[in-house]
Amino acid sequence: MTGIAARFALQHPGFSLDVDLQLPASGVSVLFGHSGSGKTTLLRCIAGLQRAPLGELRVLGEVWQSAKNFLPTHRRPIGYVFQEASLFDHLSARGNLDYACKRAPRVSDGTSFDEAVDLLGIGELLDRRPAQLSGGERQRVAIARALLIQPRLLLMDEPLAALDLPRKLEILPYLERLKRRLDLPIIYVSHAADEVARLADYLVAMEKGRALAAGSLAETLSRLDFPIRLGEDAGVVLEGTIAERDRKWKLARVRFDGGEVWLRDGGHAVHSEVRVRILARDISLAREAQRDSSIVNALPATVVELSADEHAGLALVRLAVRDENSGASSYLVSRLTRRSAHQLGLQPGMPIWAQIKSVALI
Amino acid sequence: MLFSEEDLTALLLTLKLATTVTALLLLLGTPLAWWLARTASRWRHPVNALVALPLVLPPSVLGFYLLVFMGPRGPLGELTQALGLGTLAFTFPGLVLASVIYSLPFVVQPIQNAMEALGRRPTEVAATLRAAPLDRFFSVVLPLARPGLLSATVLGFAHTVGEFGVVLMIGGNIGGETQVVSVQVYNHVEALDYASAHRLSLVMLGFSFAVLLVLYMFNPTTQRGQAR
Repeated sequence: MTGIAARFALQHPGFSLDVDLQLPASGVSVLFGHSGSGKTTLLRCIAGLQRAPLGELRVLGEVWQSAKNFLPTHRRPIGYVFQEASLFDHLSARGNLDYACKRAPRVSDGTSFDEAVDLLGIGELLDRRPAQLSGGERQRVAIARALLIQPRLLLMDEPLAALDLPRKLEILPYLERLKRRLDLPIIYVSHAADEVARLADYLVAMEKGRALAAGSLAETLSRLDFPIRLGEDAGVVLEGTIAERDRKWKLARVRFDGGEVWLRDGGHAVHSEVRVRILARDISLAREAQRDSSIVNALPATVVELSADEHAGLALVRLAVRDENSGASSYLVSRLTRRSAHQLGLQPGMPIWAQIKSVALI
Repeated sequence: MLFSEEDLTALLLTLKLATTVTALLLLLGTPLAWWLARTASRWRHPVNALVALPLVLPPSVLGFYLLVFMGPRGPLGELTQALGLGTLAFTFPGLVLASVIYSLPFVVQPIQNAMEALGRRPTEVAATLRAAPLDRFFSVVLPLARPGLLSATVLGFAHTVGEFGVVLMIGGNIGGETQVVSVQVYNHVEALDYASAHRLSLVMLGFSFAVLLVLYMFNPTTQRGQAR
């Protein structure tokens, strides 16, 4: 196992952490949960900033903590981005980056100063002091600094939580770029569903210091028993590519494993990789293909399972869409009233048409 | 000549004493302040109280204890005698030792306050950037605590220049060895030489005002209405 294996137990008055987790060695793993769920504590334990009395941590084949050993933070090959501004006030933005460069191990394939500056778009800001930067700019410099220490694991503790929405939307594209361009495993703490949808590859749901469920994004979001209800946000995120752009109607066709959907053309080039989000409330079900309907996207699907939703009048249905030629498939989740489910006679294994009212490119 | 030779000697001696004491205090007081700012040890309260003691103790009481401590029968006196150094009382090194103790809180407390105000975050950040503990102290803690260090330097220096009671108790009045400005002013007044007393006092007044002015001008916590 070359990924990350973490087992921690610690007790504080009014709070305990007790987790046993395996995280993949690549991509973005999001620790997701409400505040007080222990996700930041878990991240601090992985960084060695907090020492769990009982703990075992193996990262990419190395032991960072065991019954006998505890590797101090400054000897762990991590980058860490804190929730609030963490730049050194006595140094300029450039000075903050140099602080990392001076202490970084020499690596052949590392991130260079120019690459980091370019990736985070901070070239203009280098000579400013932290006090002269906006919250979003400070966070971008902090992320660049964390990359310049040449980490083998990047830890991010709600890096966007302290920012207002416009600032958040300003930084998210940089994070997506970083994820695409660098081959660096990232553990990302968040309580925001939109960050999960845009960034996560692997999702760990946390509550009261326990990890309740973990799995790939597509799997966890489509699971009806996923312990953390996203409420109105329940739905799936699919990864696909732009297959076609229709200039006349300003639409784009996105192909994903098991099907394709039309959506508003977001300006992405053909073949570019995109993520689309389909909310459970935007999928209705029909026994037959509807001809005279305004709905653009209707996919033939199979009912996998049904479950009760939070409200007693509603039900969630997990559907599989499958490409008969390639065998590739994806899951969707639909929310409908229990009466509709009853009238349609939904049963596992039953073929059904999934009518998708809205698809969002994220 | 504005000052007599004796007065000049006293001025130079005062300067030498204050410089030596300030340097020693920064060297000793900075690690002590760092320890006090960070430790969870149960000794921190007694140590804090000990450091602050010179603030409340009358200088004569402190001087009296030091005199006994350094004297021929005192523990330090016996040690220095055994080492063939004689006793420290009524010598310049004795004066330095007494001043270090007397001015300790004026150096330790500003540094400690500045370091406590930093919180743990800067050192945590530095640790994630691969800085070892000593590296963190020099590259992050000291620069960020600079306003506190500046206050400590100025206050430590000024307070040593201004001491009188302790000097009189353990240093006495030996020209060129322990006769500092504050004592010399006292001598002039005793001898009813008010003109000389005026001149020296004016120097002290000017110096004290300048020190406080510098302190208020450069201490960021007292800056108001300045764009950052």
